[in-house]
Amino acid sequence: MGPEALAQVLQPLKDTFREAQFPDLLVGLGKADDAAVYRLAPDLAIVQTLDFFAPVVDDGYTYGAIAAVNSMSDVWAMGGEVLLALSIAAFPPNLPPEIAQDILRGAGDKVAEAGAVLAGGHTMEDKEPKFGLCVTGTVHPDKVITKSAAQVGDVLVLTKPLGVGVITTALKQGLADPAHVDAATASMLRLNQAAARAMQAAGVHAATDITGFGLLGHAQEMAANSGVGLRFVLEALPFLPGAHEYAAKWIFPGGAYNNERFYAPHVSFAAGIPDETQLLLYDPETSGGLLIAVARERLAALEAELRNANQPYWVVGEVVDGDGTVAVV
Amino acid sequence: MVTVDARGLSCPQPVMLAKQAIDKGEFPIEVLVDTVTSRENVRRLAQRLGLKVQAEPSGDGFKVTLDK
Repeated sequence: MGPEALAQVLQPLKDTFREAQFPDLLVGLGKADDAAVYRLAPDLAIVQTLDFFAPVVDDGYTYGAIAAVNSMSDVWAMGGEVLLALSIAAFPPNLPPEIAQDILRGAGDKVAEAGAVLAGGHTMEDKEPKFGLCVTGTVHPDKVITKSAAQVGDVLVLTKPLGVGVITTALKQGLADPAHVDAATASMLRLNQAAARAMQAAGVHAATDITGFGLLGHAQEMAANSGVGLRFVLEALPFLPGAHEYAAKWIFPGGAYNNERFYAPHVSFAAGIPDETQLLLYDPETSGGLLIAVARERLAALEAELRNANQPYWVVGEVVDGDGTVAVV
Repeated sequence: MVTVDARGLSCPQPVMLAKQAIDKGEFPIEVLVDTVTSRENVRRLAQRLGLKVQAEPSGDGFKVTLDK
């Protein structure tokens, strides 16, 4: 669902409870974030999130694995650790049972890789397959990393390259170079766990994961929630191999246009940035990386932690004065 | 007038067919599409290539007219 439609749908939910009545709800809908956080004890909060989507790749096992990584990512974006997951699935009645088993196996293996357990789930029939996880994680209540605390002067770090949307759209029509698909798939399969641990070890101000609203959409939410501006340097932004090629052929998914329509009023581009590159920055990502805002004096510590974990990263911009604005220069 | 009937085709096929027609160089070209996404992909590609573009509703979908 596009950002505009989602905001409309969620509005009535905000009227069903008053946040003041739930002081232990540390992160809810007030300032929307990647996951809900609820304090159970002075030193323990649960991080709760749910995500599911239609297939992005052809292979069942890989689809399940990507969906699982994407679902767990919301916990890591809050600085948490994954504890437990349940699957939510819709399979067509004529789907061979082996494929459904592959999807679940892919998910189970990724949850296990994260040191957590896929303990059950719910499955129904539907024409188009859908799969994802409801994930419970934990975090210390004082160490929750939201997207609402980026500060002017912070440096922006991104942990995965961009371009999954155009590559998977090309794949659906059999137009994608297998090497491009392999690189995009490897990127989607990478856990954001090491990046989350690096954030906690180094100490950062804010983070979010880059998924359906694209880099600029998620960046705008961080900027708006934090009351700042974000400034990206185009040359510093990493792209998957093939991303620019498919963008130049203009094979964008509908989500890219939804994102552009909703976020463009807050986004500015330096003169000379081609139209297709602009749209590529709105392109929906699946299981994208973390966008981290870290104080300049903590950057070296964060970089050391990321390097030690063999976690790729790119320094892509900075936090500037602004009011929910995003600039690409 | 060259007509590219891309109705019933899912993205990105319409924009690929439109690009093939543009590369042949016979204008004007009329591209028929079903979805907003296909319309936008064709419209924005053509704009980027410096063509004159006009998009309008047509039947249940859209007609995008391209000219030099």
